[in-house]
Amino acid sequence: MAEQGTSGLCRVLVVGGGFSGLTSAVDAAETGAEVIVIEKNPYLGGRVAQLNKYFPKMCPPMCGLEINFKRIKTNPLISFYTNAEIESISGSEGDFTVNVVINPRFINNNCVACDACSQICPVDRPNDFNFGLDNTKAAYLPYNQAMPFIYAIDGKTCKGASCGKCLEVCKYNAIDLSMKPEKKTFKVHSVILATGWNPYDATKIDNLKYGSVKNVVSNMMMERLSSTTGPTNGIIKRPSDGKVVNNIAFVQCAGSRDENHLEFCSYICCMASLKHTKYIREQNPDSNATIFYIDIRTPGKYEQFYWSVKEDSNVTFVKGKVANIEQAKGSDDVVVEAEDIDTGEKKEITFDMVVLATGMEPSCATTKVNGYKFTKEGFGIQENGLYIAGCSKNPMDVSKSAQDATSAAMKALQSGHGR
Amino acid sequence: MEKKLACYICTGCGLGEAINVDKVSNIVKNALKVPIVKSHSALCNQEGVELIKADISAEGANTIIIVGCSLRVKHQEFSFANCIVERVPVRELCLWLLEKPEDVQIAAEDYIKMGVIKAQKANFPEPYIMETVKNILVIGGGIAGMTSALRCADMGYDVVLVEKEAQLGGFVNKLYKQIPTKLPFTEPLIVDTDIQSTIKAVESHPKIKVFKSSKVEKTEGQPGAFDVTISTNGKEEIVKIGTVILAAGWKPYDATKLEHLGYGKFKDVVTNIEFEEIAKKGNGKILRPSDGKPAKKVAFIQCAGSRDPNHLPYCSAMCCASSLKQTKYVRQDNDACAMVFYKDIRTPGRTEYYYKEAQNDPGVMLTKADVIGVSDAGNGNMYVDMENSLLGEKVKVEADLVVLATGIVPATIDDPIINLQYRQGPGLPDLDLYNGFADSNFICFQYETRRTGIYAAGCVRQPMNMAEAQEDATGAALKAIQCAEHVAKGIAVHPRAWDLTYPEPFMQKCTACKRCTEECPFGAIDEDEKGTPYFKPNRCRRCATCMGACPERIVSFKDYHVDMIGTMLKSVSVPSEDDDPRLIVLVCENDAYPAIDAAAKAGIKIDKAVRFVQLRCLGSTNLVWIADALSRGIDGMLLMGCKYGENYQCHFAKGSELANYRLSKVQETLSRLQLESERVQMVQLAIDEGDQVPKMILDFVDRVKEIGPNPFKGF
Repeated sequence: MAEQGTSGLCRVLVVGGGFSGLTSAVDAAETGAEVIVIEKNPYLGGRVAQLNKYFPKMCPPMCGLEINFKRIKTNPLISFYTNAEIESISGSEGDFTVNVVINPRFINNNCVACDACSQICPVDRPNDFNFGLDNTKAAYLPYNQAMPFIYAIDGKTCKGASCGKCLEVCKYNAIDLSMKPEKKTFKVHSVILATGWNPYDATKIDNLKYGSVKNVVSNMMMERLSSTTGPTNGIIKRPSDGKVVNNIAFVQCAGSRDENHLEFCSYICCMASLKHTKYIREQNPDSNATIFYIDIRTPGKYEQFYWSVKEDSNVTFVKGKVANIEQAKGSDDVVVEAEDIDTGEKKEITFDMVVLATGMEPSCATTKVNGYKFTKEGFGIQENGLYIAGCSKNPMDVSKSAQDATSAAMKALQSGHGR
Repeated sequence: MEKKLACYICTGCGLGEAINVDKVSNIVKNALKVPIVKSHSALCNQEGVELIKADISAEGANTIIIVGCSLRVKHQEFSFANCIVERVPVRELCLWLLEKPEDVQIAAEDYIKMGVIKAQKANFPEPYIMETVKNILVIGGGIAGMTSALRCADMGYDVVLVEKEAQLGGFVNKLYKQIPTKLPFTEPLIVDTDIQSTIKAVESHPKIKVFKSSKVEKTEGQPGAFDVTISTNGKEEIVKIGTVILAAGWKPYDATKLEHLGYGKFKDVVTNIEFEEIAKKGNGKILRPSDGKPAKKVAFIQCAGSRDPNHLPYCSAMCCASSLKQTKYVRQDNDACAMVFYKDIRTPGRTEYYYKEAQNDPGVMLTKADVIGVSDAGNGNMYVDMENSLLGEKVKVEADLVVLATGIVPATIDDPIINLQYRQGPGLPDLDLYNGFADSNFICFQYETRRTGIYAAGCVRQPMNMAEAQEDATGAALKAIQCAEHVAKGIAVHPRAWDLTYPEPFMQKCTACKRCTEECPFGAIDEDEKGTPYFKPNRCRRCATCMGACPERIVSFKDYHVDMIGTMLKSVSVPSEDDDPRLIVLVCENDAYPAIDAAAKAGIKIDKAVRFVQLRCLGSTNLVWIADALSRGIDGMLLMGCKYGENYQCHFAKGSELANYRLSKVQETLSRLQLESERVQMVQLAIDEGDQVPKMILDFVDRVKEIGPNPFKGF
């Protein structure tokens, strides 16, 4: 039976519970629409939950997420489903039918986050929230301020009823290892696609040796390595041997602006790397950072942020594309080979760790949402009643995503107007 | 409505073992006179929730105190319609944060007492309802303003559009062509702006009233009930307005300030806007202004004024793509070549494809260079002089037409535009923080200005291109509608978009000291001719800064007032031993408190001396609380709030900064009590800094121990 909602209200379904999706949801609901949020992860917050700080304010992303979480909790017009995915969207503007599958979390709302299941769980799994830099148990809390604040069991690694140790220790009847996928159907006036992005798979960029040379990491890993809730408690250490990083390189356009990879500019990576130089420079006064770039793109007021980094004499900018990356002989250090375009000089410099400013690949490049049309890059194409917000539309940063999501909410409301 | 209190003590999560439930039940029932007191082994489970619901329906309980976990979890379970719900987080603040079992019990008793007092002192909200209108004023008839106007009008809202020029369309009128804003991005590269059809849609829309050659002289009143004076050729008209969209746009940077680039010296040095007019006039043919001859070698100088500390200290964001578009004009209908001299080419996202397209055209030369000047080539042409270019160290390149990619300057740089009749001034505050742009300080909340019901969109907010301006304007339309609807129902807007309460001052006791009118971050309080403040509740965001500012303690909210927090503080136990201090920490509920919750979950322990009290914003801290607490023997008070300064994180913009400012004045209060000023301090804590809480607390405990016990102890 499809859920029809309250008559007279516009009804909007938002695909994705990251910053864009939540902003669309909150703004549409606070303007009187009923909103359903569908999130594939076991938590809301998306990419921004993984960020250590925002540029240019160097403020924590949880601060704005917390306000949005509070608005969701206090607004009866918003409902959300985690571990959920879209099966199909059919119909037309003002009358869509959306089929959703809710995958099993194996833990229900009785969970009080006491951690007993996690403590007894014998299975380790790579922590996807930290990009595999550490492990969690198969029964885990996705992150320390997760919404909803309940645990999840990773169905792929959990041994199921044959183990069942967590069942014995849970005092709250919160675990159900036999939980099955559940299907739901919603009738809505409009849909907002806000599925966001994935870091581009750097193993595809042959010359940058991600995955084969030790201590070559992605910019999103750098966020987790800098976060007090990350695998190193916020001390920037390199993965291979835990050495505190002193000399670091950033390779811009790792995959972006490259016809073999992402043809477009990913917008955020220049600002992200500049921000990363601040992470390490503030933590370690003796540290040095080198940025290899083609163009530094810091639009609008972000220019000031660029200037503030340029003032730091321990940060070096080299205009030039990185030709090759190798492991240093006899150590875990990393050698970067690049040509300095300004001087024509070929450079070979050794670093403790290299951060690839990997670009933004729209999530729908790999996982399409059935019912939408996409460009060859995987960005969504808007049609009447089917709107798009944030990085599933174009590469953009958090502030632009927030703005864009409010705009998408307006369009979604118009689809329900007068019906 | 008569209140009936009911208190439920959860014994799950180990609370049953850690707390003497019988003892606290007794306190709640007998000392605090709560008629219904029950406990349950897992209150958040269905059975527990049903227990509460049964008392609500059978016993008429309507003020529910939950002793258990933090307000930030199990919200859905503990939401009861038409009830006041007070959550006492003994799990986080006692069981998890404190080391020793005996300390857990004492702390739990304190928190429960405070929770019950809070519930007793809270009243049911009654929204502020006044007669409101929902029509929307759009200032600016450019592409952003027209987009907002159409969005609002199509949703059924009446729109008043004010444009200073004699025609609508703004800068787009001047453009020859534009970059397509829709897919596919590459072909064709330039398209008609189609601005006339947008203008027609606006002018023929029955819901839109257009004022041309007009400006906003005055904006008085408050959201839902603004009186806006619009003047047209000297004739004034007053219009009732609900909310406002500020889409006043931009102007090009004054090129006469770019003398070194030859502007004003050579007729054939033009700005990018003038170049559009040349292309438009010639219908694609580029003829030199000096002699009307077709241009053959057109040089584009990027960042003419932008990214320059002597001119504009920001990037104008749109000029790179504009110049690339203009090279297309040169190449498409003229037998000419184009040269672009840039610092960095900035074509984010898929605008990168235009850059690539230009790179693939042999008739377009693109090079990084520091242009140092434009000089006379002697033959009617000019040299572009540059350093550090990819062509060589010091180079001159000849051109017969030079286009300066001048940047954008917001209309609000030297004109408030909206002309608010607010005590705190006519324009939006904080413009100086953003080089005159009417931007938001909040990364997460782009439309938040510090003037409720006024939303900026387009290039007056940030440098942006046309497609972005249209999106921005669409979002602003939603915010304007949202605010108009909220104030009609008496509900606050962001960030307390659920709040039905509002400040209710007891004016008979007002001394007109003006602290509230000066401090309100949103300019919600004006003064009459005699200097007496009067509140404009629809401008208010409910941070309660006025409540904190008022020395007469006359400002109250139904569910939040000076007496409530004061009484709570006075109920905290004071240990009799001299070496056993008691400290109260006032915490911001938005950021500092979640950080403490996170620390508790992480198993971090803190000193037993402290009791946390959550405030809706640190700006609501009233100095009388410090006197109340310290005169009862509390040894010290710590204020824990958001980072302030240029990159402030306070959701109410100024709350924590004002709390700090007030502390600088606390000396007076403390010296009256003959206490050391260091007993009261403030720290800044961001939401992700929970790990720093124990040290902050310990440092403060140590400091207070050094000072010694409060002499009022035991009185």
